[in-house]
Parts: sequence; C-alpha cells; structure tokens
Amino acid sequence: MAIIEVKNLVKKFGNFTALGGVNLDVNPGEIYGFIGPNGAGKTTTIRILLGILKATSGQATIFGMDAWKDAVEIHKRVAYVPGEVNLWPNLTGGEVIDLFVKLREANNNKRRREELIERFDLDPSKKCRTYSKGNRQKVALIAAFASDADLYILDEPTSGLDPLMERVFQEYVLEAKQEGKSIFLSSHILSEVERLCDKVSIIRNGKIIESGSLEELRHLTRTSVVLETKEPIYDLDKLKGVHNVDKKNNSLYFHVDSDQMDQVMKYISQYGIVKLEVAPPTLEELFMRHYKGDGGEL
Amino acid sequence: MSKEFINTGKLMGFILRRDRMRMSIWVISIVIFTVLIASIVPDLYATGADRQLMAETMKNPAITVMIGPGYGLDNYTDGAMMAHFMLLFSALATGIMGILFATRHTREDEEEGRIEMIRSLPVGPLSPLTASFLYIAIVNIVISLAVAFGLYPLGLEDMDLNGCLLYGASLGVIGIFFAALAGLFAQLTSNTRATIGYSFGFLILAYIVRGIGDVENEALSLISPLGLILRTQVFVNNYWWPVLLTLGISMVIFAVSLYLNSIRDLGAGFIPTRPGKRNASRFLLSPLGLSLRLQRTTIISWTVGMFILGLSYGSILGDLEGFLDTSGIIQQMIPQAEGLSLTERFMTMLMTILSILGTMPPLMFILKLNSEEKKNRTEALLSKAISRNQVLGSYTLIAVLAVPLMQLISIIGLWSAAVVVMDDAISFNTFFKAGFAHIPAMWIMVGLAILLIGYLPEHTNLAWLYLGYAFFVVYLGDMLQLPDWLNKLSPFGHIPQVPIEEINMAKSLLLILVAVVLIIVGFIGYNKRDIHG
Repeated sequence: MAIIEVKNLVKKFGNFTALGGVNLDVNPGEIYGFIGPNGAGKTTTIRILLGILKATSGQATIFGMDAWKDAVEIHKRVAYVPGEVNLWPNLTGGEVIDLFVKLREANNNKRRREELIERFDLDPSKKCRTYSKGNRQKVALIAAFASDADLYILDEPTSGLDPLMERVFQEYVLEAKQEGKSIFLSSHILSEVERLCDKVSIIRNGKIIESGSLEELRHLTRTSVVLETKEPIYDLDKLKGVHNVDKKNNSLYFHVDSDQMDQVMKYISQYGIVKLEVAPPTLEELFMRHYKGDGGEL
Repeated sequence: MSKEFINTGKLMGFILRRDRMRMSIWVISIVIFTVLIASIVPDLYATGADRQLMAETMKNPAITVMIGPGYGLDNYTDGAMMAHFMLLFSALATGIMGILFATRHTREDEEEGRIEMIRSLPVGPLSPLTASFLYIAIVNIVISLAVAFGLYPLGLEDMDLNGCLLYGASLGVIGIFFAALAGLFAQLTSNTRATIGYSFGFLILAYIVRGIGDVENEALSLISPLGLILRTQVFVNNYWWPVLLTLGISMVIFAVSLYLNSIRDLGAGFIPTRPGKRNASRFLLSPLGLSLRLQRTTIISWTVGMFILGLSYGSILGDLEGFLDTSGIIQQMIPQAEGLSLTERFMTMLMTILSILGTMPPLMFILKLNSEEKKNRTEALLSKAISRNQVLGSYTLIAVLAVPLMQLISIIGLWSAAVVVMDDAISFNTFFKAGFAHIPAMWIMVGLAILLIGYLPEHTNLAWLYLGYAFFVVYLGDMLQLPDWLNKLSPFGHIPQVPIEEINMAKSLLLILVAVVLIIVGFIGYNKRDIHG
C-alpha cells in the first residue's frame, strides 16, 4: 500500500488554479523527490497533504486516510519541516523542540534529542528571536528527527544550512529510509535530490510533467556527447535522434536521444574515433530542459 | 544636510506611498467625525436654561473622570460644550494613531528586516527614524488644519478662528507626542509587541492619571499629556501654552530617540532579553499551555491594569457622593428610587464603561490566534497531531474565562477604593451584580471575534470597530442625546442597569445563547477554511 496517494488533485485560489490535477504515489521505504520552479505548486501540494489547505477536488490520502478529514490521526505519524520556519520569538529552541515532539504525541526520547542537538550544533537555551534562519531550520529538523515518525514531509528543509549541516541532514534521512520510513522531499538543491532520492517528480504550473526513478527520467532524455574523429563528419545533424550539433575547435558537441544511441554509435565509428566523451544528463540538465520555455520541449 | 540624514526626504515619500490608504482613512475619519459632532451640538438643547441645567450635571466627578473637567460651565456655550465632550476623546484617537503609525515604521520595519534593506542603500543611519517622525508630524499638522477649517465655517457660538486652530492643534500635538513616545520605546525595546505594549500602557496611564488629577489634584493632571492638553481651555480661554509645551516635550523625546538610535546596533534594544530554558516545562506542552505561555505577560499586565482602572474609578466615588448630596438641581432632576443612593445610580454607567474596557483583553487574547496564523505559526501546530478545534478551543477558553476574571478584578478595585473614600459605601454585592450583569454582552463580543476568525480572518479588526462603537454610544450617547436604537445596536445596550433595574434571567440567558451560537458557528467556519500563511 502506498504511504501517500494523490489523485487528480486540484486547488484553486479564486480564479487562479494553483494545482491542475496532480497525481503521485509514495511507497514505504522510499525517498521521493519533488522538484519544480518557484510557484509551481510544491508548497500548495504539501499544505494539502498536511490538511492545512482544503483541496478543491481530487483525492489526497496518507496511510490510507483522508489528508483533510483525518489530519490529526495522520499527523501522529508524520514529521514536517517547512522551508521557512517561523517560531515564537519568546520561547527557546529547546522549548519549541519539546513542544513539537509532544504535540505529535511521540515519546520524548531524551538521548535522541541530545544527540541531535549535538550533531546539529544548536544552542537550545537561546530565545528563537535571536536565531538565524539556519538555526531556526535546525530547530524544526531536530524536532522532526527526534520523533518517531513513519513519514517525513520536508519542504526545502536545508535552506539556510551550511554544507556541514546539510551532510548531517542527509545522514539522518538515509537512516530513516533504512528503518523503512518514507520521505517526501521537496528541494531545490538538485545534488541533494540526486544523492538521496529513489523517485523524482517534476511539477510545473500546477501539473506533474515528469515522474519516475532517476534512471527512467534519464532514459527519456538525451545524452551529451563530445566527439573528435579522424575524418570530418558533415551530415551529423541529418541523423535521426541527433540534436544541437555544435562545432568547437576540432570537436563536435551534440545530444543524442537515448533510444537512438546504438544507431549513432555505429554511424560515427566509420569515421575513426579519436576522442569520445559520453555523459548521462545530470538532474540539473533534466531540470533545465523542463523549466525553460513553455512546455519544456527543447 | 549632514550625512546621518541623507535621503530622509525620499524615505518620507516612500512611507507616504505605503501608507496612502491607511493614512487617508485615519485623517478623513477624525476630521469628519469632529465636524459631524460639532454640527449637532447647537441643536442639543433648545433653551439656555436647559443648557445650564446640563452644565450643572456636568460638574459630576464621574463625568469629569471620563471626559475631563468642564471649562466655562457658568456660560455653557456651543464651544465650551464641544471642547468638553470631544477634545479628550478625539485626542485619544490621534494618540492611538500616533502610536500605531510610529511603531509600524520603526520597530516593526526593523523586526521584519526591512530597515536592513533600506540601510543597505545610500541612506543615513538616522534617516528612517527621522523620516517616520516627520511623516507623522505632517499627518498631524494636516489633521490640525483640516479640523480647524472644518469647524470654523460652522460659525458656532464662541468658536472663532483662533479657537478652531487651537482645537485642531491640540489634537495634532497629541498625535505627535505619542508618535515620539512610541519612537522612543522602539529604541528601548527589541520587538514590536513590546513597543506597542509599553506605548499603550503609557497612554492608558496618562488617561488614568488625568482622571484622578482632574477630580482630586490639578497638579497631577499636568503631568499627563492628556491632562495638559485639556488645560488649553479651548473655546473658553484659548490658552496656547499647553500645545507649545507638549510640542517641546515631543521634540526632546524625539532627540533622545535619535541619540539612542545612533548608539545601538540594528535589531537590538536596551531592555535586555534573558536566556531561557533548555527544556520545556510540562505546563507548556499542550495547545492550551502554549497559548497561555505566549500571552502570559499580556494576561498579567491586563489583570493589573484592570485593577488599577477599577481603583481609579472607585477613588472618585467619594467626590461623587459629596457632589450629589449638595447639588439641588440634580436632586430634583433624578427621581429618587426606593432604597438606592444617587451614587449607585451613577455607578451603572461607570460599570458599563469598565465592562467595555474589560472586553479589550479577552478580544486581544482570542485575536492573538489570528496574528499567529498570519505569522505562519498556526501551520506548525496543525502539522502535528492537533485538531483545529483544539487550537481554536484553547484560545476560546482563555478569552471566555478572561471575561469574568477581568470583571471580578475591576470590581475588586472599584470596591476597595469605594470602601475607603465613601461615607456610605456601596456593598460589594451591588458592585458584583452590576458588573456580572454585563458578562453576556462581553461574551457576545468574544463570540463575534470567533465568528470573524472562522469566516473573515482578514477582517477581524471589525470586532474592534464594533467595540469602539459600543464605547462611543455609552460614552457620549446621553450627552449627544443619541436615539435609543443606536444604543440597542450594541450588545451592551441590552444589559439591565443594575441596581436600578433587576437582572432579567431570561434575557441574560438569551444573550448568552447568542454568544454560544456565534462561537459554535465560528468553530464550524474555522474547521472548513484554508489556513493562510
């Protein structure tokens, strides 16, 4: 059974359609990456999952329960970290952590709490108004990982963290995965998503435009090739599946559709290969392809 | 201009643009309100004899403590009446405006990080504070002139150009004074809430000190800016010195704020924040505990405040007693009721005013939820295993219980003072009944606020507007001879005047039922709507 199941989710704010039919499934023990440009609908989706916004139509269930109606029951097993953590200025970080853990009705595991505070290098006796953005983020992260949740919903959780703390964060995410928990991670740090996530969805203008494992996503796209041959090739761009041919110095730079790779290789080998560099597209390239232009077609 | 103040002018223009709607609404409301009231003053009393009779009743210390001392009571002209009825009330309005505007453009902008953005531009370190102060000064000068030239054409008795200018200037200078004061607190404290809290605390203190001073001791009134400004005796003697003195003091306060601003770090204050606890106490660990903890200081300050307010109203009951016993006219005017002293009859109006003021803290307690939502903190709670009913319920519980608490506290204050100053003291029981008779109306106000939270979270200020209306009809309704139906539009208009009238159980229960319905409907709305951040 899927942990999160979203079907045809629509959310309108007045005339503005924030989500126009979103579908996604998160399975147990899976780290699910949710990426997309600013204003694409990531946070709206998460807020509906949390029962804070009410969907206009469609279905959002977590642990098989309705995200809106059964919010309280669901939240006992969910830990949430927002990208912009707003805390009560006159409470200390330590008090907020205790409060959050308690309100989730999780056991307050003292040793775990102290370990997290130490690992994330936080001074819990300071008032929240004195914390920087990164430190407020740590408070939310510690509160999330200190409670024994089955699902972690993380909305750009590392914004404001330094690289060292980002690494600590990643360790805790992987640890949670090993314990069979699910993580729903919305992020702009693509290297992080690439390292952690089993599955990725790209959302744009309120619609999921691409979804699957990183491997599957790569398969749908083009591989970039740098080629140098003994004899010059003039008609490369006429070949099926070859795009964006560019000539610099003696090298040819071009993209190849993944399913045409075999044909292209057979063809170019006739010209005597001097140098060949083939790189799978990075997530960033995938991302750029989908973000640019109106439909993401390049 | 020295480099500390570079680009102050541009900043002022920017503030003006940001505030154009807000500022226009304040200015237009104050001016229209003043002119409207002034225009009905000549029609209030048909004959000179009626008017002199009114003047006699206005010597009542209970009236003095609320609206200030009357000048020219021997010849109670339109001008004298206008100044007596309206000057203090309108000065409170400009004072509140001054505080809100000054806080908004100083500490609030700083807390939200906007001053930092501004300061990263080629702008002098003292420019933001100076620009805000000058902006508010200009707004108040506009109010002064608009009020003066709105009143003068009415051509009322004793309201010459000099008097109208002085009346306008008295209002404006109070706005300037409280803006300067809030600017000072913005330097001393390190957050918006504290700035607003200290400023309003000072305003209320100034009002109370003036009230006691006006009845007991003239010198005491001069310490309070609100007492000082009434000494202009506008439309009677037209003294300008209180205006000039208040302006001078405002300039000094502003200069001190500039100095403090120049020696402190951005974001810091002078009243230090203490380090806190590493762990939460058990008490904090529930939605109710959290909302109590967040409002702890507010609850304590208001409890103390209501006690002081009760004490200060109570302290004049002795003078009231003496006045009523010796004033023949009043003895004739008011038919003696069986077994009731005249003081007890006047007490009912005091009790209504106290109840309306006592509704302010419960309203603040419930509306705190709304500011929590705006700051995106309600989201943090709702993403835990906490239902919306639990969140709204904990705030509702605090507000609903705060009603009898505030009422009890102010009654105790009223009674303790009354016992000391009165020859023939009113029994605690009478105070208690009169006070608790108002509770259903106060609950209706809380219910209305919850209804707004449920359906119109963007417009919860309507609750304050309605309370302000209720205050206005009680405060000035009798003097301005407003029709009774205006009074019935406020829940306080349906409360029996204990001890003159009996408590009508059926009616009280009906009012409580209205409050309960408002609360329930509000809860339904809150459960159905989106939470905004």
